[in-house]
Amino acid sequence: MKPDILRRLEENFSGRIKETKVHSEKRLYLSVEKEDLLPVAEFIFNSLQGRFATASAVDNLDNMEILYHFSLDKEDVMISLRVVLARDNPVCPTLSGVVKAAAWIEREIHELFGIQFLQHPGLKHLLLPEDWPAGVYPLRKENPSCPQKGKK
Amino acid sequence: MSTEGKKVVVPIGPYHPLLEEPEYFALYCDGEMVVDVEWEAGYNHRGIEKLCESKSWDQVTFLVERICGICSTSHPIAYVQAVEDLARVEIPERAKYIRSIIGELERIHSHLLWAGLAGHFLGYNTVFMWAWKYREPVLDIFELVTGNRQSYAMMKIGGVRRDISDDDIPAMRKVLQELKPKLEMLTQAVLDDPVLAARLKGVGVLTPKDVKDYGAVGPTARASGVDIDVRRDSRCAAYGLVDWKVITCQEGDVFAKAVVRLLECFESIKIIQQCLDNLEGKKGPIETEVREIPPGEGIGHYEAPRGEVFHYVRSDGSNRPVRHKIRAPSFVNIPTFKASCLNQTISDVAIILAGVDPCYCCTERMVTLYDARTKKKIGAMKDLIRMSQKKTEKIKLRMGKKW
Repeated sequence: MKPDILRRLEENFSGRIKETKVHSEKRLYLSVEKEDLLPVAEFIFNSLQGRFATASAVDNLDNMEILYHFSLDKEDVMISLRVVLARDNPVCPTLSGVVKAAAWIEREIHELFGIQFLQHPGLKHLLLPEDWPAGVYPLRKENPSCPQKGKK
Repeated sequence: MSTEGKKVVVPIGPYHPLLEEPEYFALYCDGEMVVDVEWEAGYNHRGIEKLCESKSWDQVTFLVERICGICSTSHPIAYVQAVEDLARVEIPERAKYIRSIIGELERIHSHLLWAGLAGHFLGYNTVFMWAWKYREPVLDIFELVTGNRQSYAMMKIGGVRRDISDDDIPAMRKVLQELKPKLEMLTQAVLDDPVLAARLKGVGVLTPKDVKDYGAVGPTARASGVDIDVRRDSRCAAYGLVDWKVITCQEGDVFAKAVVRLLECFESIKIIQQCLDNLEGKKGPIETEVREIPPGEGIGHYEAPRGEVFHYVRSDGSNRPVRHKIRAPSFVNIPTFKASCLNQTISDVAIILAGVDPCYCCTERMVTLYDARTKKKIGAMKDLIRMSQKKTEKIKLRMGKKW
């Protein structure tokens, strides 16, 4: 990985990036507090010219996690920006003000994981029907991934 | 009568002849002009991400292959690359070439399928017949090499599942050799047609800034002059080992998207021929054995015919992924309608929507059109295709063409 990327991140956000994990030449994982999410994401998107690939939410049972994946196509580096949220009542600022494309994936995360995005322009269902029961989030771990044998 | 503030919503879908799959688009129109687009999806939502959590690492390869019937090998490639990234596995060179061959054959048949459909939407049914006829031999190669015309089950964590035998290579070369002049003829016919140029140039323009904002990928981005291609940028499979170039256009309209796709087919033929040169008469391992998947996380991305597919997997050291996130190219390409459909007439919407080659089963999402004047939902895709074909007729008449 080009040391330049790490250096520029360090220069601009010294101490605010909680953890930097270099998995390989091509994969970089950064952890930030949710207060620092927007400035760091904005820096990767606008200054490092990272293309917003998508975001992945993960239910860890004791907390929730969102990874925002940015692809730096010229350098062939994928930066994943990680925020950890409380599992009950997870709330995160929306990235859609920085990256328009984030609005759709946040709608999906909202309906499938029950994560609230503050100041999101329209947090309605994207995949699930409008009459989906409130409070049921299919991708959370309490929902079994397939029906148990013998049960209907 | 002023229609200001009284936008008509034209619904397209969820079941619509223009959409091969259920999806719903709402076009907000002011008279003839589209002023906003919304889409809804989920009609095909099969919960594959959730299902992956109940399958073993090897089984998931087959499951993700069933996300989409057209780009059925792109998802497995991205998935196995994600797991290989997680487990830090290097695959043998022969496996790289075979991966590229399968991926490029798929690109040719997918682009030809799109060219045929686009021709049909414009009232050029000859293009439709030709393109699909030339696509057939490509599917025959798939049957020869993998045993299946679709869903090839060739990918495996650590390599590929089947070798390509020397006996099959001459037949593959013959099909590619015969396909090339036909493709050239089709491409020239499309590029030189004054009616198609009048019909498609300047329609549904997407600027490079839109591409960045919406995160668009694939031919949709490359037609707007954004030079990105995962195959080259991340040198996955054998793309770093052969000579080829990334096709870009600057205009960003539907015509440019068609040009990018047609020219990409020639690059694909070039890649396959070079890969075959490197396989023929040689032997070698086709997989690295992967026994256990360690805890950790991995990302794999691959350039599907429609753009980048993105897979993120997380392992806790067990035999199943704890999380598998999949992002298909259409998920980021469809929102660009918000930019490309603006201030376009309803009759152009059909081809603009078709221009990004949206694939709903991958994406699972929807748009509705309402007529601003009558406040009625604008019927089905059928009506849109009719309007689109009529417009081509008009242009033909104006240009004095009578065929």
